[in-house]
Amino acid sequence: MDNILRSLADIVDETHVSNRQEELFIYSFDLGTAEPRRPDYVVSPESVEQIQAILRLANRNKIPVVPLGGGLSLAGLAVPLKGGILIDLKRMDRIIEVNEKSRYAVLECGVSQAQLTSYLEKHHPQLTHSEPGAPPTATIAGNLMIHGQGDLAQPYGFNSDLINGLEVVLPTGEICRLGSCAVGSEWFTNHPLPDINVFLGWYGTTGIITKLSMRLFPAKRIRGTGQFVVDNEELVPEILFKLTHTQMAEDIIAYSRAIPPFSDGLQHITVNIAADTEKELEWKQEILWDDTLGEYIRNGDGAYLGFTMGLERPQISKTSDYKKGGGFEYVGSIMPIEKYPDCYKIGRKISEKHNIPYTVTGRCVGVGHSMMFAWTYAFNRAEPDTIRHAKEALHETDDIVVELGGVIWKPGIYGQKLIMERLDPATRELMKKIKKLLDPNGIMNPGNWDVK
Amino acid sequence: MTMAEFPYKDLIHRCFRCGYCKFPANWMDVNNCPPYARFRMETFSCGGRLWLTRAWLNTQIEWSEHLAEILYSCTTCRNCEIKCPLRFNVDIVNMVVAARSEMVESGRLPSAVKLFLENVELQGNPYGSSRTKRDAWVKGCEVDYFKGQEYLLYVGCTASYDTRAQKSIIALTKLFQKFGISFGILGVQENCDGNEVHKLGEEGLFETLAEKNIALFKKLGVSKIITFSPHAFNIFKNHYPQYGGNFNVFHYTQILVDLIKNKNIIPDSRLQAKICFHDPCYLGRWNNEYEAPREIIKNIPGVELVEMEKNRESALCCGGGAGNFQIDLLGGSKDSPSRRRVREAKASGANVLAVACPKCLVMLEDAIKSEELEHTLEVKDISEILAESCNVD
Repeated sequence: MDNILRSLADIVDETHVSNRQEELFIYSFDLGTAEPRRPDYVVSPESVEQIQAILRLANRNKIPVVPLGGGLSLAGLAVPLKGGILIDLKRMDRIIEVNEKSRYAVLECGVSQAQLTSYLEKHHPQLTHSEPGAPPTATIAGNLMIHGQGDLAQPYGFNSDLINGLEVVLPTGEICRLGSCAVGSEWFTNHPLPDINVFLGWYGTTGIITKLSMRLFPAKRIRGTGQFVVDNEELVPEILFKLTHTQMAEDIIAYSRAIPPFSDGLQHITVNIAADTEKELEWKQEILWDDTLGEYIRNGDGAYLGFTMGLERPQISKTSDYKKGGGFEYVGSIMPIEKYPDCYKIGRKISEKHNIPYTVTGRCVGVGHSMMFAWTYAFNRAEPDTIRHAKEALHETDDIVVELGGVIWKPGIYGQKLIMERLDPATRELMKKIKKLLDPNGIMNPGNWDVK
Repeated sequence: MTMAEFPYKDLIHRCFRCGYCKFPANWMDVNNCPPYARFRMETFSCGGRLWLTRAWLNTQIEWSEHLAEILYSCTTCRNCEIKCPLRFNVDIVNMVVAARSEMVESGRLPSAVKLFLENVELQGNPYGSSRTKRDAWVKGCEVDYFKGQEYLLYVGCTASYDTRAQKSIIALTKLFQKFGISFGILGVQENCDGNEVHKLGEEGLFETLAEKNIALFKKLGVSKIITFSPHAFNIFKNHYPQYGGNFNVFHYTQILVDLIKNKNIIPDSRLQAKICFHDPCYLGRWNNEYEAPREIIKNIPGVELVEMEKNRESALCCGGGAGNFQIDLLGGSKDSPSRRRVREAKASGANVLAVACPKCLVMLEDAIKSEELEHTLEVKDISEILAESCNVD
């Protein structure tokens, strides 16, 4: 056993550390199109102290470290580009506290979306969190780290806006707390201290989030989804504007896709509504469908497709099997909602060029303040040519996002380069200083947000 | 074997590794895949196994003892097939078994698996105990050998050789005797049923066992079989017909529940117990029988049936399936499925953990000792619980 492996086993135990080909192979992959790169070691700690010890070991030996949550970013953000130690954080999955009155949960970094949903439904049915619609194994911390959004994005914005506090292990091994937990034992607010949160959106290049507090929200007794459809993409921005004006939706998503064929070219808009009583639900439905969208029906531009009680949580994603091939990846972007028609048209064009059935989705973030627009490209993992096409489509889409004035969401290496090329030089310099200060040996997820 | 020859070559790449397969129905944790729960490395998840199999067949990785252990640590519990939302889900276990078959064909097996199969071939049981001792448990029980009775009671390897499981088969035979079930056993003629051999990928040995057993059953005039083990129930019911073995197969709980429904058995002694039932994978997920054992428990006076959070389709496997009760690739840790399961039983508030499978019985009783729960939780087979209530000594 080599010295590093022995040291890691001493920190964790022999079961949860490996440098065998099987673990190195499996942890070399992102689930999207990113090229695999093998780590040298895989370790799965169960405590913050173990993470501290691993980072100190890595620093002493100047070994790269890549933190991994659910591994579902699909953008290759946890591919160990320079090898080193891959830390699988999913064993740190304790739900430490739920404060009902102050509506927050304190979680370890490996808690999955589905685990929290299940826990709240059982123990605190009057509370809910903003679930992103990712597979159930996606972790809460991973989603915050990439500035994810969830099914409460319309009223409350990005999930990373909902943080009450963080515990972070710095690259040099110190534990650092942000928010009210930094001055006391309570995790109820992230404000009003000086804002020094330089960990979100950094993809683990400045430290490892080990605990977090996130806001919870009232879980109304009745929740469900209404569907509206129009045949003209140009109408979507004003519809989203009008729907968000009512402030009656929990989630608003516009989408269009080539499969099934009858829906090709149509723009579907799903609106999640919640209510505590039938009367409240009826009232909200009347305002949304009749008062707000009725004119589109009367003009023959749109149709109300009905309301389905209950939310699918976690959502069952079958996108990966569109090509019967176990793979898909998407470019996400943060866009002004008025760009929806352009985004849709570009998505169709790029998909058709690469012979991929098009799928585009735009989710309102905040009260129409922006949308997360995504272009999804399925591929067949057994057919390299389809992977190549998907990858090319993704890169072309990254280029278009930048051209349209959007910001690529959770960019992979290609997208990060596009952003860095355009980044304000002073901002870039600040990032460089922060990185140098926190990670003097450059061990954390090297290759990502490369500001050298 | 190359990927081109792999029987599931058009399916195996379709696993996205989204991770639904790790969860129970209520999504409470990611620990419902036994090997993943034990090791918590992605290699030991369902998706990990499929991706590694594909990599091995594509020569991206080489065979190793560790690779074999990863594949053989799957207990074939079918939680993954139940939870996977994609259409290829029905073949997930088949893909693992096919990969194991390739390891058998190429002679590259973990030593414990090799020994398991050798013992079955030589002695007709995985323990390596002598065939001549298969009916040693019968002494003092006055159980008849099969000679045309209505039912063949197929005892199985675990109940024949394991001293703890022997107590439960004895309880069952006494119940049958008291309530007039016409049955006989095979004694030393009984041979391994082959369910585990099949799931370990040894197709040749399985076919030999199936053909021999079917020939023996036919020679003796067997038409109805009661199995003590859900594993035997599964293989007799679902696989023997392919080899011409068409018998009416029952798990013993299905016989007992009918006797209770028809008032042939009236449990009359009150048992002051809070009982939870652990669904055996090969009775529940493989054969959709969830209610017979529960109905029996509900009919026992004084008993309160409680449920573990993970029950029926979401029951956590004890970790003993596909030979793991013997080859033991999942043992030795607080994270072992059997130890997790007894902690779940304890959390249900039960003081009795009821089982309907001799492998589960042995696995969970050992786990109770490891967890030091002996004074608060007992494992009992349904046959033992019913015998107690019926004053069967």
